Amino acid sequence: MKKDFSQTIGFFFLFCCILVTILLLLTIIYFVFVRGAKVISWEFLTQAPRAGMTAGGVAPAIVGTMYLTLGAIMFALPLGIAAAIYLCEYSPQGFAVNIIRMSINNLAGVPSVVFGLFGLTVFVKFFGFGVSMLSGCLTLGILVLPLIISAAQEALLAVPQSMREASLALGATHWQTIKKIVLPTSLPGILTGVILSIGRVAGETAPILFTAAAFYLRGYPKSIFSEVMALPYHIYALMTEGAHPQQQTAIAYGCALILLFLVLLVSTVAIFIRQKQRSYYG
Amino acid sequence: MYIKEKIYRWIFTVLAFSSFVFLVGIIIVLFRESLPLFQKVRLFDFLLGRFWYPTYDPPEFGILPLILASVWVTCGALCVCVPLGIGSALFLNELATPGQRAVLKPLIEILASIPSIVYGFFGMVVLAPFLQQLLHIPVGLCAFSASLILGIMAVPTVCSIAEDALSYVPRSFREASFAVGANRWQTLTKVVIPAAGSGISTAIILGISRAIGETMTVLMVAGGAAVIPTSFFMPVRPMTAAIAAEMGEAPMGGLHYRALFSIALILFLITFLFNIIAELVSRRFRLKLGLAQ
Repeated sequence: MKKDFSQTIGFFFLFCCILVTILLLLTIIYFVFVRGAKVISWEFLTQAPRAGMTAGGVAPAIVGTMYLTLGAIMFALPLGIAAAIYLCEYSPQGFAVNIIRMSINNLAGVPSVVFGLFGLTVFVKFFGFGVSMLSGCLTLGILVLPLIISAAQEALLAVPQSMREASLALGATHWQTIKKIVLPTSLPGILTGVILSIGRVAGETAPILFTAAAFYLRGYPKSIFSEVMALPYHIYALMTEGAHPQQQTAIAYGCALILLFLVLLVSTVAIFIRQKQRSYYG
Repeated sequence: MYIKEKIYRWIFTVLAFSSFVFLVGIIIVLFRESLPLFQKVRLFDFLLGRFWYPTYDPPEFGILPLILASVWVTCGALCVCVPLGIGSALFLNELATPGQRAVLKPLIEILASIPSIVYGFFGMVVLAPFLQQLLHIPVGLCAFSASLILGIMAVPTVCSIAEDALSYVPRSFREASFAVGANRWQTLTKVVIPAAGSGISTAIILGISRAIGETMTVLMVAGGAAVIPTSFFMPVRPMTAAIAAEMGEAPMGGLHYRALFSIALILFLITFLFNIIAELVSRRFRLKLGLAQ
């Protein structure tokens, strides 16, 4: 009897844990959506800021975030897939592989502000790109590289070994097998991983703080060497700079809503596709 | 044909080393930009100095207040994210029906993608004023609010990693325990948790590493005062917040600039250490359960 009683208490406690977690996180989403919805309008989504950041919209920040995200993924994707192919297809063991694996694991744990300092020193100063979209994309690309590598690795490992063997048995070379069999089969999985990392890049603030972001620009960025506005940085700047805290907080709610909506949408899609794929491969 | 194969192999080998190159690049940059500071300031004074007045004349570069702020906020965050994260993971793995699992697991994963700036913003405009009224404290933006929001933020991460570790515990362990008459709670506390113990500790270590390195949330919510914390309800300035807030105004190549890079170096070394410990622990865990790698 006593042991059943402690079981009831224990299970109730575990249930409370997950309940509290989900409720807390949903509260955050609820506040952002309800208060942000008040300022969302067609004008807010399509116009540039006006009147000292107290009116108008945040279109340049939305566009800037998209540019930064796309640029970062375009930089990290080829490197990430290549690294995953090397690790899974060419050389699954050995000293070099251990070094690469250790680097990936540690790179994944580096604080995002340290990436910002690295970008500032290397891209902004050393290569002379200045505070620009290019510097921001490269910095964010390095940050997201470990994520893309592990997603691509998971996708490559899901390709059944028998398919590789069948291809090799037909006389195809190693590279032909990778190009014609392994990559096409694993492509959906790789893409899902990429979509997931989009969500991560879009919300990062610290790495673009000193490498790419500007609080206010007159229009859209003209080239890869111009500064950009970005939604996450815009939220931060609205809350810490400027002279009209009340109007700015309202706009920041709007920005947070757009950012949260985009990120949650993207990751929901990716996670559902991934679940489908996982059950397909068993 | 043979040459072409070799070339491709070389290309992939070279590209695969990019992560290694970036990691080494980060280490070189941090050392190069920070070491000149220690010609002017003694390492001992830097690490244990009690005053952080980088813009005074003469400046004082003691980062003890910043280190302590990081430690306090991280410990506070752990008190929130460890019980909630591991409790949730245990619920998902041991108690949830397949239907609940199918809903809750993806939900937690989706929630893990909420950007840190949104947490920081929420902490600043909702949580801090709320706590200030509720607890009658002088300022809402303090170590307590920062710990709370950082802890909530880390829950999905800790939960996912711990859940992974729990799912590796073989079914036979549980069956053996039931067979000798233990109920589900006893099996959970005496068999499953000890078996997954080092996997769960990996989750906690990675949670610490994430909380220490988190920037935007603490920058917005912790309050920003660079003094040695004596209470949880004081505004503090953790290391990451100091770098993010002051880098913009520190003159390039000056002592303040170098001091901020030195803080980044210390931060990097701490997270590096935690990641290596996490890896060693998880390797032992996998060996113990007889898993590959």
